[in-house]
Amino acid sequence: MITIKDWFERVEESSCYDAVSELIEKIERSKINAYITVCKDLALKKAEEFDKGKLKGKLAGVPVAVKDNITTKGIRTTCASKMLYNYIPVFDAHVVERLKQEGAIIIGKTNMDEFAMGTTTETSYFGVVRNPYDLNRVAGGSSGGSGAAIAAEETVLALGSDTGGSIRCPASFCGVFGLKPTYGLVSRYGLIPYANSLEQIGPMASCIEDLALLLEVIAGKDDRDSTNAGKEFRFNPKFRKLKIGVVKEMNANEDVMQRFYEVLEFLKKRHEIAEVSLPSLKYALASYYIIAMSEASSNLARYDGVRYGYALDHLTTWTKYFAKVRAEGFGEEVKRRIMLGSYALSAGYYGKYYLKALRVRTLVIEDFKRAFEKFDVLISPTMPSLPFKIGELADPLTMYKMDVNTVPINLAGVPALNVPVGFVKGLPVGVQLIGNYFDENTLLSLGLEIEKNLNSF
Amino acid sequence: MVSIEDVYHIANLAKIEITEEEAEKFRVEFEKILEYFNILDEVSEEIEPTFQVLPLKNVFRDDKPGKCLSQEEALMNARHRENGYFKGPRIFEG
Repeated sequence: MITIKDWFERVEESSCYDAVSELIEKIERSKINAYITVCKDLALKKAEEFDKGKLKGKLAGVPVAVKDNITTKGIRTTCASKMLYNYIPVFDAHVVERLKQEGAIIIGKTNMDEFAMGTTTETSYFGVVRNPYDLNRVAGGSSGGSGAAIAAEETVLALGSDTGGSIRCPASFCGVFGLKPTYGLVSRYGLIPYANSLEQIGPMASCIEDLALLLEVIAGKDDRDSTNAGKEFRFNPKFRKLKIGVVKEMNANEDVMQRFYEVLEFLKKRHEIAEVSLPSLKYALASYYIIAMSEASSNLARYDGVRYGYALDHLTTWTKYFAKVRAEGFGEEVKRRIMLGSYALSAGYYGKYYLKALRVRTLVIEDFKRAFEKFDVLISPTMPSLPFKIGELADPLTMYKMDVNTVPINLAGVPALNVPVGFVKGLPVGVQLIGNYFDENTLLSLGLEIEKNLNSF
Repeated sequence: MVSIEDVYHIANLAKIEITEEEAEKFRVEFEKILEYFNILDEVSEEIEPTFQVLPLKNVFRDDKPGKCLSQEEALMNARHRENGYFKGPRIFEG
């Protein structure tokens, strides 16, 4: 993988222009399908500016891939859906403005599950993203393109979005670092909404130092997102003895647990480790899916085939046109979630499903708060298995259950980091570090400690 | 139990046209998924629901006019337009 340091070695050997050209040629030859749109001309123009000393900032001259549900002015933004296959945004997301202000080179828009609804990138209208370590396996989802692009050396940094694990899952399956920040740390302005109360944009990178830098750039105050907390982030690594809680309810199969226990053995030498139980997690998966589907049904009502996106040649009557546009423009998983969300919010079921799910969210928050009275960080396997084969999980409910360790974090709004911890059977394994609200610094410090010692355990 | 009529009712609420084949597939899947969701029946009605996780209340900004989209920008992604307006389908038949 390419760290920022590696990147500037390449740039010094030739030029930023040549290094970006090479990167783009690599993307064009690639079998991974990590990108939906490659910003060749714009990226080369920016690289030229860097070579002339005109590009300034914390990320000046560094290639960043942006998930295709984050709006980029003048660059097609599809959400990996037929519904938005031709959509050209007229404004930049807050995070994209920040990237540009800091001189980053946007290399392209990455592939994902349609509207970020999925765990494997198999629901993309633009085809599945393949795992760089085994082309027959998935790269994870929904930010699969962002994870795979880093692992396959097709970018240096990437942005993803995480509604229920969509950064951490592909980070785990592709062996990269990925952070779901505390809810409210990063502005969601310009993130095409799926489930507003759960999702955050977050950084993905090949090392902690680069991840921290990208987080510093995208975090911060933005009035255009009314749920923005107005907090900044600065990385200040601190290595101290921590109390780490192993979450009893978060498990994985033998392949993953074998490596997970080795990580715990290493951590035991330096930190205090004990088991912690969060009994409400029993209800977290059901609660998460009900909330996410309900919010999706409301959010995706905007796709009417009139103002933007997929449209029919002839305008008929309102209801027929609307239902036809949506039948043709949305893929199966998106339809499934919109319909189940409409059901959960409908008269007679609101109390049984939606309101109940929000009650569970209260329980989950209380459980995490109790845990953080005793512990500094919680730890679990990120995913319950190694990356699966493409097409292996056909049943929707079986697929949903793969998110069991990641969704509780979004319900509570706390931050969580995937740390790659090596390989089992040639495939990447990740552990999930969970932090208290706005305590990204402790998470990243512990992540750095694991990263630096990875070869010793 | 989820009936075929339920599936068509939900599809109508969601304004998505579905085929007979899709309806039957969704019926089987919805039954399984909703059965799983029933685990929440164990949770007490006494607990307060949480709508959003941050303790933010009444976030206001100054009521100052800012930059907005031009007419051209607003219309550029629309397939059907007329005289600088969006053109939508008719509301009534006939």
